[in-house]
Parts: sequence; structure tokens; C-alpha cells
Amino acid sequence: MRREAPQKLSDYGPLLFPAGMLIVFFVIPFATMIAVSFFKRDPAGFYSTAFVFDNYARFLSLFFGKVLGFSLFLAIAVAICCILLAVPFTYLLSRASRRTQVVWLVGLLSVLSLSEVIIGFAWSTLFSRTAGITNLLVAIGLMSQPVALNPSLGAVLTAMVYQALPYTVLVLYPALVRLDPTLTEAARTLGASPIKSFFTVVVPALRNTIMATLIMVFIFALGSYLLPQILGRPQHWTLSVLITDQAIYQSNMPFAAAMAVFLVLVTLALVGLTLLAGRKGEAA
Amino acid sequence: MSGLALQNITKEFGTFTAVKNVSLTVPHGTFVCLLGPSGCGKTTLMRMIAGLDLPTGGAIKLDDADITRVPTHKRDLGMVFQSLALFPHLTVGENIAYSLRIRGVGKEDQKKRVDELLSMIHLSGYADRPVAKLSGGQRQRVAIARALAISPKLFLLDEPLSALDAKLREAMQVELRQLQQRLGITTIVVTHDQREAMTMADTVVVMNSGEIRQAAAPVEIYRRPADTFVADFIGMTNLIDFTADSTGRAHALGSPIEGLAVPGGLSRGVLSVRPEDVHLTAPGHGAMAGRVTFVRDLGGTIETFVEAGGKQIVAVSMPHARPDVTVGQDVGIKLSPDTCVVLKS
Repeated sequence: MRREAPQKLSDYGPLLFPAGMLIVFFVIPFATMIAVSFFKRDPAGFYSTAFVFDNYARFLSLFFGKVLGFSLFLAIAVAICCILLAVPFTYLLSRASRRTQVVWLVGLLSVLSLSEVIIGFAWSTLFSRTAGITNLLVAIGLMSQPVALNPSLGAVLTAMVYQALPYTVLVLYPALVRLDPTLTEAARTLGASPIKSFFTVVVPALRNTIMATLIMVFIFALGSYLLPQILGRPQHWTLSVLITDQAIYQSNMPFAAAMAVFLVLVTLALVGLTLLAGRKGEAA
Repeated sequence: MSGLALQNITKEFGTFTAVKNVSLTVPHGTFVCLLGPSGCGKTTLMRMIAGLDLPTGGAIKLDDADITRVPTHKRDLGMVFQSLALFPHLTVGENIAYSLRIRGVGKEDQKKRVDELLSMIHLSGYADRPVAKLSGGQRQRVAIARALAISPKLFLLDEPLSALDAKLREAMQVELRQLQQRLGITTIVVTHDQREAMTMADTVVVMNSGEIRQAAAPVEIYRRPADTFVADFIGMTNLIDFTADSTGRAHALGSPIEGLAVPGGLSRGVLSVRPEDVHLTAPGHGAMAGRVTFVRDLGGTIETFVEAGGKQIVAVSMPHARPDVTVGQDVGIKLSPDTCVVLKS
């Protein structure tokens, strides 16, 4: 279907509502946050209007640098784990019978209905010494005594992957369903084993989708602040945890805003770099 | 025997039998077309030859080796899919080289073979183009070259030309046949287009409801169809009911057909008469009586529709032998006994 480009100003009318919503609920709050990040903290009350770089200067320390580095590392690790699990899983799911697909998709959607708090506490129970999964391993004789698996990096990673995996599958699913099944059949007639055809045809043909999903999960994981606190040690706390701490418990809104703005900038830069690398790869 | 042999192949999907007890031998270097309406089991049969589906009964042998359970990627075959299934993320050259890369052939040899195949399909210099930038006919040729890269023992094509427009399709049919003869490769094509089958095949295998109805040379299929399905499916035909009296004389459309020998014991049946064998004459003189209902002048041929004995008979003639008839005119129909094929009803 061919559609004409808008000619008159009134043709943009239908856009007014979404544009208005976007301005009221996104642009204005975000602009406020940027403004607040330059304000001065008032220890007696909230903050006072000013234009200072103190908040950003305070941020430039080894401590916050380390936290930022860990946050990015954790988000990338979650994104990679999700992709490694979700791509083969979703591929097999898309080739399964209709019934199997529906059952799995309903199951995954129900995971989405769980809040981060419930996921966090459920995993902390599963990883505990007294009631955790190690008791099962002891019962079947694989371990001599139950141990606590949290707090640890592994516990944080597991819970975050668990939380992000349904999104990953749901984003990959339409692309994999649309992928022409004769492509892998053609690869097999040309001499590729099923596994080889998966890696030489399915994965490369879905390169852009996989890249986009990777970025989505990365950004999703970057915002996580409850799971690292419930399942991790203080050194596993992300920048989001510190932002929450500053904003809510220390009442230092300007500093929290500065950290948030900085996190957004770093994220944008990383996403931009990834897209640039993707485009270079395409041209080569 | 070298070549492909199908022995009592059966394929069931649940309670539905897609292919019923099919046996067929394809000698080395021959071109076979599996022809039939949609749902006749021809594609399922080809998928079993390729190993993409497993038969529920029977055996498939290639050069005397049983390959019934050999996985697809170990069968050394080349297949062109209806959708072509060119890899969208690879260039023309990479698509063609795929089977060589998978087999670990060196880069130099890959390039040499790709150049060879590209010149064979008249697309030299296209190696670095993305497949999305090709026209339909070019994509078709790339799919053929990709399937032939390893010089396979068996070349399979599933409705390969159905996506092309009519003119290009006819040209590709000729090209494909010439290519097959030059390479001497055993080739099986699935098609529902009988013109395509007649153009290319050494042997046409007509299938219906999972069974082979007739397997023979194209002209044989056309001239001596084995049953009414084959007669009706291949080209245009007139199927006329007849009865035979005790002396073996056949009567059709209310008149006897002089000189037609009906096999003993057959008291009724069907005659298949090709439209070009129906001759229109003046009424009377022992001819069957009919009335012209429609004339379709296509320029190259003229089809005359005649109603006789409650049945519509079609006669085709060339412009130089144009019958001098108009709609509503009474005519006589003459059938010569040697062009009537006697079939069981």
C-alpha cells in the first residue's frame, strides 16, 4: 500500500495526542532531571536552584568508576546469557507443533507477570542453605551437605537472566517464525548437518534481529536495582542501586540525577557504537 | 544398476496416506518429471528422495546402495526449492560456494568452481552481488548453480520455475534440459505444469492421490494414456463413453465407429480422442451428428465446440484447415479408429 507524505500542517493532526503524551510524561521529566543534575543540594531541605558541576565532579572517582564498570559488565553478561539461551530455544520452539508453542509462550508470559521483588525473594529461597536447591542435590547424593549459593554474582546473574529471558524469547519469536524453513532444508541438501546449518544459516540470517535483541536486554538489565541488592554483596551493586540510594535514602536528588544522566549518556554511546560496528560489518 | 530406485515407497501422515506403494527406477543420466495435481504426493515423494522426510515403508536405493535412512547432508545431492531458498545473508558467489565451504574445500578451488558455474549460467561477474539485487530468472539460475556446485549424483528440483512469468519459464525449461544433457546428471523435477514436463523429460511420471498412474516417454503419455485420469490431465482430450456389441463393434454418440477394435470382453468403456484428431465434415454419410455451439479462434489454432449426443466435443484445427462452420450449424463428426484410445471407464 502506497501512502502519501503529509502535505498540510493539519495532516499531522493525528500525531498531536501521542506527541503530547510523550512531552508530558517523558520529555518534561527528563528535562527536569537534567536541570536538577546541575542544582545544588540543600542539606537542610531538598535542593536549591543553581548551575554547578559539583555533582558530576563528585562522580568522577575511582569508586563510581568501578560501579559503572560493574553495571555495564553485568548488563552485558545478562544480555549475552539471554541470547545464548534464547536463540536456540526460540528456534526449536518455532519449529515445534502449534500446541507446544502455545503452552511455552503462555508459560513465558506468566513469568512476565511476576514482579522483580517476587523473583528476587524466590531465588534467594532457592539459593539458601536451609531450603535451597542444594538440598535436592544432597538428597540424590551429588553433594555431601547443603550450601548457600547467595549472595553471589552467580545468584544475581541467574535471577536477572530469569527475569529478562521471556522478553528475549518474545522479541526473537516473530523473526524466527518468519524465517523460511526451506533455508535450513536447503543447507542440509547442500551438505550441512542440522547443527552446522543452524550456525551457518539461521544465526547469520538473523544477525540484525539478534543484535537488536542484545541491545534491548542490555538496556533492560542496566536498570535492574532490586535483584543485585537481594541476591548480591555490596560489590555486586549496580549504578542503579546507588542512584536509588542517593535519591531516596540520602535525599541527594541533584547527585542522583547527575548519575542517571551519565548512565543514559554511556548507554547511548555503547548502543551507538554497537550499531556502527553492525553497519561496518554489513558493508564489509 | 546405477541410478535411483524407489521400491514400494509409502508415506503416511497419521491416517492420511500421501504416497502409496510407489516403485520407480530412474536410470543414470535420465531426466524424470513427477507430474500431477496439487496434493498428489509428488512433492512428498521428492522430499523422501532428498531425505527431508522419511518413508513409512519401502526402500530408496542410489547406485545400489540403500539410502533410505541416510541423513540428507550425507546423500550428495543437489536440490532446487520452490522458494529457491537462497541464503539472504550471502552474496551470489558465497551462495554457490556454500556446499564447497561446508565440505572444507580450499578458498582457491572454491573461487575457481564458482567462476566455472557462473559462466555456465551466464552470470559471470555477478559473484559479489547480494542475492536480493537479482531478477527472478537470475535468482533461479543461481539456485541451480548452487545445487550443482559439488557435481551431485542426483539433481532434484521442486516446482523450480513456478515463480517465473510464462515467457521466462518456457526459456528456462529449454535451458534446464540442455544443461542436464550437457552434464549427463540424473535429474528429477516435480511440476504440475504438463507443458514443462513434456518439454524437459525423458520420462514423465503422472501421479494422482499418492499413486503412479503412468510412467512413460512424453509422446507415449500423450498418445497412449493408460487411463482416463492421465488422458484428461495431459493436454486437452475428449472422453467419450462407448458400448460394444457382441461382435466387438463400438458405438459412441449414437453411431458405430467403423474399424475400431475393442479388446475382447469389454462391453463398455471410454474413448479418449485428442481434439486435433476430431474431424468435422458435412452432416450425414455415416458421421456422428452434432451442432456447433462455440468457435474459439486463437489465431494459431481454432477450437470448435460441438454438441453431440448430449456431450461437448472439442475439435482443434490449424488456420490453413479452418473448418467453414458457424455457431448453430449442424455438422458431422468423424473419428478415425487409430486415433481413438480405448480405456476402462
